Amino acid sequence: MPLLKLTIDNIEVEVEQGTTIMNAARKIGGHVVPPAMCYYSKLEGSGGKCRTCLVKVSQGSFKDNRPMPKLVASCRTLVQDGMVVQNTISPEVIENRRAITEFLLLNHPLDCPVCDQAGECHLQDLSYQNGLEETNTDEARRTFAPIDIGDLIKLNMNRCILCYRCVMVADQITDSRVHGVLGRGDHSEISTLIQNAVDNDFSGNMIDVCPVGALTDKTFRFKSRVWFTRPFDAHRECAKCCGKTVLWMKGEEILRVTGRKDKYGELEEFICNDCRFVFKQPKDWTIEGPRKIERHSVISQNHYEKLDKDENEDKNVE
Amino acid sequence: MAKKILLDNIDVPGLASFEVYKQLGGYSAVEKALKNLSPDQVTGEVTKSGLRGRGGAGFPTGMKWGFIDKKSNNPRYFVCNFDESEPGTFKDRHIGQLNPHLLIEGMILGAYALGARTSFIYIRGELFYVLKIIEKAIAEAYKNGILGENILGSGYSLDLYCQPGAGAYICGEETALLESLEGKRGNPRIKPPFPAVVGLYGCPTVVNNVETIAAIPWIINNGYEAYSSIGIGNSKGTKLISACGHINKPGVYEIELGLPVQEFIYSDEYCGGIRNGNELKAVVAGGSSVPILPAELILRTTTGEPRLMSYESLSEGGFQSGSMLGSGGFIVMDHTTCIVKNLLTFARFYHHESCGQCSPCREGTGWMEKILHRIESGRGSMKDIDLLVNISKHIEGNTICPLGDAAAWPVASAIRHFRAEFEEHVKLQKCPF
Amino acid sequence: MTEFSTESLPIVNRILKQYPEGKQKSALLPLLHIAQAENQGWLSAETMDYVASLLKIQPIEVYEVASFYSMFNLQPVGNCVIEVCQTGPCWLNGAEELLAYFTDRLGIKAGETTPDGKFTLKTVECLAACGNAPVIQVGTEYFENVSKMKAEELLNKWQLENKISHTNPYL
Repeated sequence: MPLLKLTIDNIEVEVEQGTTIMNAARKIGGHVVPPAMCYYSKLEGSGGKCRTCLVKVSQGSFKDNRPMPKLVASCRTLVQDGMVVQNTISPEVIENRRAITEFLLLNHPLDCPVCDQAGECHLQDLSYQNGLEETNTDEARRTFAPIDIGDLIKLNMNRCILCYRCVMVADQITDSRVHGVLGRGDHSEISTLIQNAVDNDFSGNMIDVCPVGALTDKTFRFKSRVWFTRPFDAHRECAKCCGKTVLWMKGEEILRVTGRKDKYGELEEFICNDCRFVFKQPKDWTIEGPRKIERHSVISQNHYEKLDKDENEDKNVE
Repeated sequence: MAKKILLDNIDVPGLASFEVYKQLGGYSAVEKALKNLSPDQVTGEVTKSGLRGRGGAGFPTGMKWGFIDKKSNNPRYFVCNFDESEPGTFKDRHIGQLNPHLLIEGMILGAYALGARTSFIYIRGELFYVLKIIEKAIAEAYKNGILGENILGSGYSLDLYCQPGAGAYICGEETALLESLEGKRGNPRIKPPFPAVVGLYGCPTVVNNVETIAAIPWIINNGYEAYSSIGIGNSKGTKLISACGHINKPGVYEIELGLPVQEFIYSDEYCGGIRNGNELKAVVAGGSSVPILPAELILRTTTGEPRLMSYESLSEGGFQSGSMLGSGGFIVMDHTTCIVKNLLTFARFYHHESCGQCSPCREGTGWMEKILHRIESGRGSMKDIDLLVNISKHIEGNTICPLGDAAAWPVASAIRHFRAEFEEHVKLQKCPF
Repeated sequence: MTEFSTESLPIVNRILKQYPEGKQKSALLPLLHIAQAENQGWLSAETMDYVASLLKIQPIEVYEVASFYSMFNLQPVGNCVIEVCQTGPCWLNGAEELLAYFTDRLGIKAGETTPDGKFTLKTVECLAACGNAPVIQVGTEYFENVSKMKAEELLNKWQLENKISHTNPYL
C-alpha cells in the first residue's frame, strides 16, 4: 500500500492507510498534536467523546479537495491522501477547543488543591493551555453521592469527564467488569449500582488511564503531592505482567507504583495489581534509574534529568 | 382535495385488519414487486420517485439504499425507525395505529429491495399499545403468507419483528437506535462507518422512518412518475404534517408538498386558523429542533414570496430568515405565547434526552436550560442572552450526533427573532406574559 | 420477583427467538419491560440480576441499560404511576395547570409517591401525541385532551378501582 500524504499545520507527513489524523499528528509531534482526553491508543474503540481533539480539515483529499463541513474528531477520523489539516493555526479550532474546555470544567469541582491527580492531570494541562481567563458561570456544580468501590481505588465521580477509558480497561484488560456508566446525560456516572468492589488482577490500570482525579490510588491517598516524589524506572520478575513500572519515591520509601507512561500520558504496558499495590519495598525491585519525565506538567520541574527541549515547548516560555 | 397516498383509506373502519386492508387493494404492491420486479428495479422506482427521508433529515431514500454494502457476505437488515419523539411530531403513530399493514407492506418492499431476510420495527416504548396493534397485524400477515418463508410463492422469505424502546428520544438517531436494538444504551455511534456498511450486529443495514416506508407501496403500485409528478422542485410527493399548538384543528394532515403555509394554517381543510381568532405569533415548522420563525417569516420569505410547505421553500433564507421542513411537526403559537418559556421547555427536553456521551451536548444542554430558567423567572441578565448564543454556537456542529444541533438551533433562532422578548424578561425581572 | 411468571414465559421465549443466534442481548429491553411489570413497577438489583443470568450477560450490562431509559424505574413506585407530559406543545395547551391539579389533589410533587403507596406522579418529556395536548400516560394507556375535569374523573375512577399501572405490556 502506498503511503498517504497529508499536512497538519503546514507540516507534511506520510502515513500508512488506516491512520487517524491524531496518530499522524503524533508522528510529527510537538504543537501539532491535538489534546486527547478520551482517546487512548491501547484501548479499542476509545475516543470521539470529549471533542477536545477537534481539528479543521480544509481539504478532504487530493481527489476531493472540498473542506469538511464541520470540525472533526482527529482521533477517529482517518487520513485521506492529500488531506490538509489545521490544528493550532485555525482560529476556529482554537475557539472551539476553548469552548470544549469550558464545557469540561463547567461542573468540575476545581478541587485541585486536595486532588491527588494534581500535577499529572490532563484536565489541568488542557485548562492551562486552552482555558478561559474568567468563568462564565456561577451555577451550582453537579455533585454525586460518593460510592465505595473497594480498598484499592478511590472513585470521586465529581471529577469525572466520562471518557469511558476505565470501562474499556475493565472490558479489555480484566476478566470481568462490575462497574460501568450508569444514568444518562449529565447525570451519567461511573458506578457499580450496588455496593461492589472493583477487584481483579488488573483493575489498578483504571487509575493510570483516568485522565483526571476521578480514579486515584487509595494506598497513595494524601501521602504526598506528586511533584514532591521522585519517579524511578524499575522492574521485577512478575508472572502476571511485564513487571516494568515506575516507583514514586520519597527518600527510601516507595509511596506509589504506576505503569510507565509515554509522552501522551498513555501506559506503555499495563501492569498487574501485585506490582502496583503489593510490592512496596525497594528490595522488591531492580531500580533502573530516574524516570525521564517528558510531559510539560509540574512534575517535570525540579529534579528530573534530561528534559527533551522539543518535547517541552511551553507556551509561557517565550 | 389534495392527493392522498398515506391517509387514503385512513377513516375506513377496521383498516388495521388484514381483510379490510386486502379488500382495499392492500399487498398488491408486494405481489407486483415479488412476482414482476427485481430488487434493483424496486430500488430504481424508489430512487426515481424522488422520495426523501420523512424522519426529518430529508435524505433521498433511494440513494440511502444504494449505499448498502453489497460486497459483504454478512446478512443485511432493514429497520424501521418508529421512535417518534420529536416534540410536535405525531404522524407515525397515526399510521402505525390505524394502518399497520401499510407499514408492513412497505417493510416487505424495502427488505426485498435490500436483500434483507430479517427486519425490525423499532417503536418507542411508550407506544406499547401501537406495538401490539402492529404485532397483531404481523401475525395476520404471516398467517396469510405475506411474511415468513417463500412469500406468495416468490421464493423470497422475510421475518419481521417489532421491538420496543424504553424512553429515550436519542434512539431516533439511527445508530443509537441500532445500539438500543442490540440491547445496549442508546449512545449514538461515531460515524463513519455508516450503518449501510456496519449496522445492526455489524452487518449492512438501512434504517428508514415509518412515513418513508409507508410511501413505498403506492410508488410501486403507481410507478415513480406518478409520485414525482406530485410536489414541487426537489420536494416530491406528499408529506404528513402533524399540526398542534394554538390552532382550531390540530391533527395529522397529508399535504402535497408545495402547499402555501398560509393555506395550511388558515384553510378549513387543514389547521382552520388560530384559536379564538387570535393573532399568529410564531411557528416551529418541522419539529422542536428546527428554527422558530415569527409570523411574517413563516408566511413569506424575505423576498416577499409566499412560503411553501417544501424542503426548499421552508429553508429559504438559511438560518437567518428560514427554517426546515424537518419531521413535519408543525407547532403554532399565538400572540399570548411566551417564546422564552416555550424555549425553556424545549431546552429542558434536550437536556433530559442528551445521552451524555460527548461533552458539548452533555454539559451545554443543561447549562442552556439553567440560564433560560433564570431569564424566564426574572433572574437573568443581558449578558445571559449573549452567553446563550455563545453556548449554542459551540454545541452546534461539535457533537457526535445531531442532537447537539437540535438543541442549539431553537435557542439561537428564538434569540435571533425574538431578542426583545428576552430583554424584556431581564428588564422587568419577570415574565411579561 | 425471582423469575418470570408462567403467564409471561411463553412471551419471553417468543421474544428470545426474534434475534440471530448469539444476539439474545437484543431481548434486554423487552424483557426488562416485563420484569418491571412483574416486580411492582420497578427494577430491583435482584430483578436485573435475574434478567442478566437469563441472557447470560454481566449484571452491570443490565444496570447500564436500565438506568439509561426513562421508562425503567430503579426505585419503588406507587401502584399507579401517572406520567404528565410537559414539553412545548403540551405546555402550550395547559400541561402546567394539569400538573398543578395532580400535585394539589394528590398532595405530592412530581417524582413523589403518595404515603398510601397508591399513586406516583411523574413528569415526562414529549409523548408524541401533541395534537391532543395535554397528554398523560398511565401504564400502556394514553389519555389525551386531558382537561381538569377529565383528570378529576380519571383520578376518582383510579382511586376507586385501586388502579395498578404496571401490567405486562405484552398482555
